[in-house]
Amino acid sequence: MPKLPGLIGGLGITLKTMLKPAVTVQYPHEKETPAPRARGVIALKEENCTACMLCARQCPDWCIYIEGHKEQRPPRREGGRERSVSLLDRFDIDYSLCMYCGICVDVCPFDALFWSPEYEYSENRIGDLLHDKQKLGEWMATVPEREPLEIGAEPGKTAKK
Amino acid sequence: MVALEIGWGTTLAIKTLVVVMVIPLGALILGYTFLLKMMSHMQSRLGPMDPGGFHGWFQLVGDGIKFLQKEDIMPADADKKVFAMAPVVVVLSTFLVFAVIPMGPDLVVVNLDVGIFYALAVSSLSVIGILMAGWSSANKFALLGALRAAAQLIAYELPLLLAVIGVAIQAGTLNLQDIVLAQQNGGIFGWDVIGNPYILTQFVGFGLFMIAAQAELSQTPFDMPVAESELVSGYMVEYTGFRFLFFFIGEFGTAFAFAAIAATLFLGGWAIPGVTGDLANILGPLVLFAKLMAVAFLMFWVRFTYPRLREDQLQALAWKVLIPIGLVNILVTGILKVTL
Repeated sequence: MPKLPGLIGGLGITLKTMLKPAVTVQYPHEKETPAPRARGVIALKEENCTACMLCARQCPDWCIYIEGHKEQRPPRREGGRERSVSLLDRFDIDYSLCMYCGICVDVCPFDALFWSPEYEYSENRIGDLLHDKQKLGEWMATVPEREPLEIGAEPGKTAKK
Repeated sequence: MVALEIGWGTTLAIKTLVVVMVIPLGALILGYTFLLKMMSHMQSRLGPMDPGGFHGWFQLVGDGIKFLQKEDIMPADADKKVFAMAPVVVVLSTFLVFAVIPMGPDLVVVNLDVGIFYALAVSSLSVIGILMAGWSSANKFALLGALRAAAQLIAYELPLLLAVIGVAIQAGTLNLQDIVLAQQNGGIFGWDVIGNPYILTQFVGFGLFMIAAQAELSQTPFDMPVAESELVSGYMVEYTGFRFLFFFIGEFGTAFAFAAIAATLFLGGWAIPGVTGDLANILGPLVLFAKLMAVAFLMFWVRFTYPRLREDQLQALAWKVLIPIGLVNILVTGILKVTL
């Protein structure tokens, strides 16, 4: 008997919830805007990449495939040494393996990898989830602007602007 | 009264068809409105939205078609004949209940003098089907579920009957049609504008009936026979395909039947005040359906709100609380019946 008020209160809760609109978003018909810095897909800024392999080594799933080669370029100054530059041949991320931990983005020393909030890239074939460097480059357009630094903070050495 | 000249053969065919159609249709309606939609909204979600276009109304029909396509798997150690017959027995008991429920002044398949007695008797046949299913499955979970079901259904048969006896005393008859008429023509202390739906005078009986019916249907909070978290699915655990579909239809068809009985006994059945004759024959099924849905709403509301009781709590509730209340209810009803 002392449990009776609680039991009736429980009925009240379910009734109230039933009369309120449901929280479900019917995804394909209506879409939610993800948070601006949501981890949707990783974008690659190819000109920043030096094929240093740090991201591929840190990746817990080993889902980043990088191939590159070095080329000799003429020296910058007269009489200088020939420069060797690293060129990227292949940069693939297998999104069927990726677990969106973001370690590659954190570890990249040259700001070549960015998070983009885009999430609609499902495929019918699992092989199509392997995004090559061209497709990863296309995601760059969707990368949001960098958050402004805190007031009073000094800009870092590599930060642009 | 419309004088239709139809032979007994045609009448029998129509009556059989009605009874056979009512169960799957009722199971479908209850399953869709309450299991899919009401439960979803009580959990702040939408449930199926796409099948059929409008709020997923086609979902259960599609599920039924899916079940029919599935392979008919039978455990190697199962008692084949009993295993195959068990779902039929469960559904059959539900079909038989609908034979006596009146849907209008003339719309009743069989106007039995012992209508309510018969309805409760055949509805408890389903426990035999459940025991058959559990025993023949050669699976310990199924067996435990079946034994729990048997213990529970026997324990709650008593409060169910005791609740009904109060109504029978007040109406002075066991005939369901006469019980409806007694409610339509009755009055409470001379006030007879709305008749006397027995929920007003037999509210204790109504409460008892609803709790006991909940246990008879093995719905939460009394769903130990099918307890998913302990027994997987109890006696149904080895069933697939159309045999499982039978159990599903049986579950919701029985809920439909019990809601119909409760609506007939306590809410006045097909009767609405001031409607008699042909009009009542036409409106009757709709009125009964509306009242039935109201009762079913209560049942499923409780089902979707409460957690499961423990097995000993279930038995204690039946024997220590419900049955004494039922006996006192009969006593009080009897005294009032004689003195008033």
